[in-house]
Amino acid sequence: MKKLAVAAVLSVSVAAPSVADETANLVLNGETQITVRADAPAHVDGLSEIISGWVFRSDETQALQMDDFDNPGMIFVDEARDTWNEASGEAGESCASCHGEPESMAGVRPVYPKWNEEAGEVRTLAMQINDCRETRMEAEPWGYTSGAMANMEALISSVSRGMTINVAIDGPVAATYAAGEELYYTRTGQLELSCASCHEQNYGNYIRADHLSQGHINGFPVYRLKNAKLNTVHARFKGCVRDTRAETFSPGSPEFVALELYVASRGNGLSVEGPSVRN
Amino acid sequence: MKYAVKLTTGCMVGCAALIATVAFAETVEPTQVAYGDYGEVETSLTGVPGDPENGKLIMVDRGKGNCIACHQVTSLEEFPFHGEVGPSLDGVSERWSEADLRGIVANAKMAFPETVMPSFYKTQGYFRPGDAYTGKAGEEPLPPLLAAQEIEDVVAYLMTIKYPD
Ligand code: HEC
Ligand code: HEC
Repeated sequence: MKKLAVAAVLSVSVAAPSVADETANLVLNGETQITVRADAPAHVDGLSEIISGWVFRSDETQALQMDDFDNPGMIFVDEARDTWNEASGEAGESCASCHGEPESMAGVRPVYPKWNEEAGEVRTLAMQINDCRETRMEAEPWGYTSGAMANMEALISSVSRGMTINVAIDGPVAATYAAGEELYYTRTGQLELSCASCHEQNYGNYIRADHLSQGHINGFPVYRLKNAKLNTVHARFKGCVRDTRAETFSPGSPEFVALELYVASRGNGLSVEGPSVRN
Repeated sequence: MKYAVKLTTGCMVGCAALIATVAFAETVEPTQVAYGDYGEVETSLTGVPGDPENGKLIMVDRGKGNCIACHQVTSLEEFPFHGEVGPSLDGVSERWSEADLRGIVANAKMAFPETVMPSFYKTQGYFRPGDAYTGKAGEEPLPPLLAAQEIEDVVAYLMTIKYPD
């Protein structure tokens, strides 16, 4: 840490692209208070404060997320509302047939990934959505990082915005948590960088034109201006691992499920923000 | 500074060895590089003097060194954008000897064990090595991030970097 402070002081003279307002606070639609800074949870040794990725974005990008009319991610939430009500699959059921209004999903996003006792496995939201599709609706599962999946995740996240992330890390998920933590600190690929190299040791620093955040997933799925669509957690993980010149893991793999649980838990105390807006 | 001791010792050893070594024009393979106690590499990797102009291009090229992704360098200001992950390289030739710089560029982990700086002249010993940026598996030995002469060129450019006035 001391070394990094020196590095930051030494390298100030080159103008960085679109600087963020790092003291800004996030209020959605003038009413929903979003916690973008909080004390780090006790299980995270490497951080004292946790900070939402929104804080590191430029003023213009930040503004897009403050109002649902400006947030392009909300278009996909609306699409998912239609899907929610449509029957699909052999059983002739829709999400609505079992769950009623999407608002009934409030409180779901903040605790995922979580243990499913009946199945005896850790489930991400995507896994749970596909389980409903396959076993209850008798429909084809959606691709793990597909548009349909991202849209539905955005809908389910959107009704929990402002609620506090609170992912369990002990009991039956302890082994998954440990595997995720291990992966987070493992240096991958020819560049030999771990998640921690960028998002724990260097958040707040620029890497070329990118302003490094702490890499939290409270804002997922994320609408990125760069590719003009919703991006899922595992697609982002894949991109970051690829950028270390490594062989990535596959979306939905046990490794990425474990990593998702671990990374989600690092954000315990922040608010659900999805769908958020990033560059 | 923390590295002052290393620097002085490295240079003493370096200067002595330089006098003793006769340059030979054979490329030193990545697995054959002789690192000193402080990570320095006395002998040129190719025996061919580095070209600082080419070294400069390598340092700013995203597909090559991309050094400015992490380092601010005032003499490279015309090439945006400079990162903040590593220290500024201004004055680097006044802090380190040529042998030290060759070692740092070839494999910075020899000088700074836990550093996030990638090893540019290393081909094996990776966890999940990839085929460049494809996300697909790569097979070791991988091609090094920079070729031997490219390392020499970068070192030659670094040796021109003084503190700005
Ligand atoms: C070489 C540097 C680097 C490494 C290594 C890296 N990332 Fe990233 N990551 C970035 C950059 C750059 C961004 C885009 C800016 C930002 O949000 O930090 C990013 C963004 C993210 C985001 C999106 C955050 C948001 O709010 O939208 C997540 C999540 C993330 N990374 C997780 C990870 C995980 C998990 C790993 C390890 C498997 C990892 N990253 C490894 C550079 C890296
Ligand atoms: C991913 C980040 C990253 C990249 C890319 C990178 N470096 Fe570094 N570099 C660092 C860090 C961090 C340090 C500080 C050493 C430490 O970790 O203690 C460093 C240290 C150095 C030093 C010693 C600096 C001093 O003043 O003491 C030199 C010289 C150097 N790097 C040159 C280069 C060159 C040349 C390249 C490209 C060929 C390069 N670096 C690419 C991160 C990087």
